This record gives sequence, C-alpha cells and structure tokens, in this order.
Amino acid sequence: MSLFEAKNVTKQFGDFKALDNVSISVPEKCIYGLLGPNGAGKTTLIRIINQITGPDTGELLLNGKKLMPADVVNIGYLPEERGLYKKMKVGEEALYFAQLKGLSKAEAMKRLRYWFKKLDIVDWWNKKVEELSKGMQQKVQFITTILHEPKLIIFDEPFTGFDPVNANTIKNEILFLRERGATIIFSTHNMSSVEELCDNITLINKGKTILEGGVDEIRSKWAGSEYNLVFRGDISLSENGHYKILNRTFEDGKSTIRLSAGSNVSTNDILNDVIKSGNIISFNPALPSMNEIFIRVVESRN
Amino acid sequence: MNKISVIVKREYLTRVRKKSFIIMTILAPLLMAGFVILIPLMMVSGDKDYKKIAVVEEQTSEFLNVIPDTKDEDFVYLTNVNINDIIKTFEADGYYGVLFISPKAINNPILYSKNQPDIGLLEHISGSLEKDIEKKKLQAYNIENLDSILKQIRTNVNPVTKIVDETGGTTETSTGIAMALAYIGGFLMYMLVFMFGSQVMRGVIEEKTSRVVEVIVSSVKPTQLMLGKIIGVALVGLTQFMIWVFLTIATVGVLKTTVLKKADIGGIQQTITQSVMEQNQAQIPAATTTPAEVSPELAEFSKLFDNAMNQDWLLIIFSFIFFFITGYLLYASIFAAIGSAVDNETDTQQFMLPVTIPIILALVVAMGTMQNPESSLAFWFSLIPLTSPIVMMARIPFGVPAWQLIVSMALMVVTFIAFVWAAAKVYRTGILMYGKKPSWKEMWKWLRYSG
Repeated sequence: MSLFEAKNVTKQFGDFKALDNVSISVPEKCIYGLLGPNGAGKTTLIRIINQITGPDTGELLLNGKKLMPADVVNIGYLPEERGLYKKMKVGEEALYFAQLKGLSKAEAMKRLRYWFKKLDIVDWWNKKVEELSKGMQQKVQFITTILHEPKLIIFDEPFTGFDPVNANTIKNEILFLRERGATIIFSTHNMSSVEELCDNITLINKGKTILEGGVDEIRSKWAGSEYNLVFRGDISLSENGHYKILNRTFEDGKSTIRLSAGSNVSTNDILNDVIKSGNIISFNPALPSMNEIFIRVVESRN
Repeated sequence: MNKISVIVKREYLTRVRKKSFIIMTILAPLLMAGFVILIPLMMVSGDKDYKKIAVVEEQTSEFLNVIPDTKDEDFVYLTNVNINDIIKTFEADGYYGVLFISPKAINNPILYSKNQPDIGLLEHISGSLEKDIEKKKLQAYNIENLDSILKQIRTNVNPVTKIVDETGGTTETSTGIAMALAYIGGFLMYMLVFMFGSQVMRGVIEEKTSRVVEVIVSSVKPTQLMLGKIIGVALVGLTQFMIWVFLTIATVGVLKTTVLKKADIGGIQQTITQSVMEQNQAQIPAATTTPAEVSPELAEFSKLFDNAMNQDWLLIIFSFIFFFITGYLLYASIFAAIGSAVDNETDTQQFMLPVTIPIILALVVAMGTMQNPESSLAFWFSLIPLTSPIVMMARIPFGVPAWQLIVSMALMVVTFIAFVWAAAKVYRTGILMYGKKPSWKEMWKWLRYSG
C-alpha cells in the first residue's frame, strides 16, 4: 500500500511550467529516490508535498487520505538549502524546531537527549551554532528533521557537508529509521547512494516524469545486451559478427572486457567464440549504474 | 496559534537577552537625564572661553565702568588710547575685541574683533548701554526720588495659559511643556517605529540568507512566521518603552521629593532649577508671595512641574502605545516584505527610500506642528496613516478634538490590517525566492499570486 501518493500534479510559475502532470506513488517503509537534473522540478514537488506551496491541479494523499495542513506533524523535511540561527545555542535551537513541530518541551528534551547522545554531539549542547563545523550543524539539522518521528521523511541531499565517516553514520540512521517504520523520500544527485539506499525511484526532467520503478528492475531493464568478461592475464580479443568490444582494461593481472552482443546472439555463442582465448574468471551481464541510466535518459530526452 | 506563540517567544527572548538591549534600555533614560542636566549646566556655568574686551571712548569718558563684567567677560576701560592704534594691537595685548563708543554715534558703538562675536556678548553690551543712556536721559528731567520711582515702576508681564474644558473648568498649562512633550513624543515615535521596524527586516533577511526559513516553513505557514516575528519584536519595543516610562516616573519622583521639598539645595539641582528659571530671573524681586523658606526659583519650578502634571498623561501614554503598536505594525510589515524580497542587506537600499520619505516627512511636519498645532498641514498629516503616529503625538499635548483622534486611530487600524495582509502575500513568495533581482513590480506580481 502506498503511504504517499501525488496524482497528476501540475504547478506553473508565470509562463514556466515547473511540474507537468507528475504522479508518484511511495510505498510504505520504502526509500524512494526522487531524481532529476538541476531545475527539473524536484524542489517544487517537495515543497508541494510539504504544503509550502500548493499545486495548481492534482491530488495529494497521505495514507490514502487527502493531505491536510495538520499533516505537517507527520512529515519531516530536511531541505537541500538548510540553515540554523547562528547566534542561538545548539540545544535551544533544536528545542525550538521541535516545538515548532508541536512537541511539548519535556518530550522534546527527552528525545533530544537520546539523539544527541546517539550522534555524539552531547558536548555541543550549550555551544553557539556558529562555533560548530558544517558537519556538526548537519547532524543537528538531521535530528530536528526526525525528532517528531514523522511517518514520511523527505531528505534533500542529506549527505552534503559530511565526511565519509559521518555520511556513513547518517546512512545507517536512515536505514534504521526505515526499519522502525518510516517511509523516506530521498532526493539526490549522488547516484551511488541511490543504488545503495533506494528501493524505488522517479526521474523527473523539465517538470515531467521520464522514468520510474524499482531500482533493480530499472537496472536490469537497461542492462540490454552488454556483458563483462574477465580473463586471467593480459588478454585481448578481436571483434566478430557476434559481439562488439566496448571497453578493455587490464588490472591486477586481470583483463576486463566489456562486450555488446549483436541481436539474436545467445550468451553461449559468445562464450564459444572467446573460450579459447584464455582463462575465463567470470562472465556477467553488465548492469548499468544508475549514473549511466540517469545520463542516458536525460540526454536522450534533451 | 500555538506555533505563533513559540515563534514570538524565540524572537522576544533572543532580543531581550542581547547585551545591546539591556544596555540600551538602562542607558537611554540615563543619557536623557544626563542631557537634561548637562545642557543647562553648560548654559549656566558656561563652557565659554574667557574674554577680555577693551572699551575705548572717543574724547569723553561718559560710559566709564558702565558695562559690568560677567563671568566670562571682563571689560577693561582704556583712556588716552587712539582707536586706530589699538585695533592693530589688541589681539597681541590679550584682548578679544575692542568696543569703540563715539559720542557722535552713541546708538551704534562698534565692536572690533577677529571673530564674529556671540549674541550673548552683544546683548550684554547693548543692554548695559541702553539702561545707562535711558537713565541719563531721565535724570535730565530732574525728577525727585528718581531711583525709588524707577524701582517701583519696574514691571514684568508673564501670560499664564489656561485651557477651558467642556464643563467650564480651567487647567493651568504651559506652552513650553506642551512643546517639549510634542517634541519628545514625535521623536520617540519616529525612533521606535524605525528602529524596531528595521529590526524586523534584518531578522527576515537573516532567516532568508542563512536558509533557516527553508526549514521553518515545513513546520509553520510563512504568514505565521512573519506575524510571530513582528509580534515578538513589538513586545521587545513595548518592554523597552514600559521600562523607560517606569524609570522616568521614578526619576521624576526622586526629583520632586529631593528638589522641591528640601529648602536648602545646592550643587547640580540648584543649577537645574536655575537654568529652567533663567528667563524668569528678572522678575524675582516681584515674587513676594512665596513662602519665606522656599526660594522663588523653586516656586517657579514647582509651578512648572505642576503644569507638566496637568497634562493628560494617561491620554498621552495611551495614544503613544496605540500609535506605536499600529504604526509599528504598518511599517514592520512593509519592512518584512522588503526583507523577504532581497537576498542581502545591501539590496534593501532601493526600497528604503520610498519607505523613509513618509517617516521623514512626518517628522518635519511634527516639528512644524509644535509652532502651529492647529494648521491644516498638521491636521491632514495627523490623519493620514503613514504619518499620523508621529504627527499626532506632536499634536496631542496641545489638545486634539476627540473626533480627530478617533478618526485617525480608526484609519490606522484599517490601514495596518491591509498592509499586514499585503505584506504576508509578498513575504510568503519572497522568502523562498533566490537570485531574482527584486523590484516593486516583482513584489506586486507576488502580491497577486495565489496559494
């Protein structure tokens, strides 16, 4: 069942159509990637989900019911462009944002203590925000986003400003949140984190949906007829009617050759051709990375 | 509603806790008191330079020692001196100037000096000489007991102003006090509205540039955020104002018990009293009805004080608070809209001028109002909402018909609601808009956006 659904959402600013009949359906307890190049309309869609702006037409459903202003307590949002009041103390500021989400002071304090401890920033409670490093500030913002335990959490580029260690910490926290039952919409340009985290994605370009579905499903659909062939030793092949060579690398005593099979050519045909060339270590269909798919889809549309 | 109060609380507390707020709140009344004490002190004790002035007469010595020395000026009578010589050497001889009296032009003595002499010195010279010449002319009539007659006929006329109310009762007032109150009321209103209005603008810009606003608008409506900020800053302003009123009342209380009740007063307090009374000093001999133990200056001061107390303080303070709140809301909402439209504080310049013009205009009209409180200029500007808070405060001490006050207040309420509403529409689009060169036209477009 879908936790969140947007149906045929359109939003226009003057002559500019930011969103044109976009629909997404986010299954419960799923990490849903919202992808697209700059200016595609992602932020507009996210702002509509957060009810910061309203759509011109279209329907928004949370848990099957029409999205209401009171639902802000059910949604957590970490915007891409995010900031904190520089002159406030860290603890006070976190408390302020928690209260804006409707938490009582006592409850907010209890949860803040837990999260500050978990993310190892307890010592910074009484420091001013301006004394914190960017990564530290991001941690505080992460906490304020999820503190009210929303059903739907929207992360827009959550990993910017983090070093690899802290990025990993946040990644694990996101997975942990999903385990605890949260549904996550995840907007990013970082395609490797999409492969790692996302179950489903929607790719938006120029206000329109151009690709959607499960990550694995999309990758195998786009896999087409490419294969990775690995030999022991420095081996080179020559092309024939069955396949073309796209790429060849030699590393650590292994040759990796990317092949593109011709139409109606079976894998056995190819293996027959190459089996005498050397010691084959592996032969796999090459799944294109999300990055490749992203670039290919967007470029083919432009 | 609950969320607005959370925002109000933050806006209020972060500002009230600032050192600059605490210092300003305590220091401002002290500074004011300091001015009240220092300026008369300077006027009385004189910060002037010591001047020595040579007096030279042509041939006669009719005016020998006629001009008395003052605290800062000594008049030295030189005889057997040629005026043409001394005007070449007087500076080297240590004189500030040379007063040359010629019997041929007795009404136009000449004061030679290197710099333009101050008006006080000229008045002292002309006063002394006039008195002496008049006396000599009178003496020429050979009247008996001239001195005692002169003493007897010396008169001073000081009009007392009394305001007649509807019931026919009268209240003694003082135009000087009314002017002072008009000045303070108008100027304080200008300062507070501008100061706190621009604080709202800076707050909005801070939230926008630091992108805090992106985080907040997912929890609260932009309008709530704007209202919370405006109300929070208003409360800061009111807190400050109330503390100032309280400190002023306390100071006045202390002044009244120490200055007016004690018979023997010295030092600074005496000086204040004197300075207030300076212009009345000439009539001191006439004030014979004063009880023996209280000096005449104190009696005058006490009267002035009572006149001040006769002002309708309740009306003044109530009107001030009313016009501060509504005027502030009006301007703060304009400031908030501007703050939301720009990306940084330097971009505000082009918007500030049109906002500043009515405020400055109001201040200028308010100053004119003190001279002529019933002019039609004062009337219209005290009704037009953009200028009325300042101009009306300048008019109230002189008395304003109730209907005018009510109309002015009603217009104020209607206008501020309209401005807050319009500002909210501009604000909610502006705060999330970056990199766009803002203009009035652009803001007008935002005003008409829906949803």
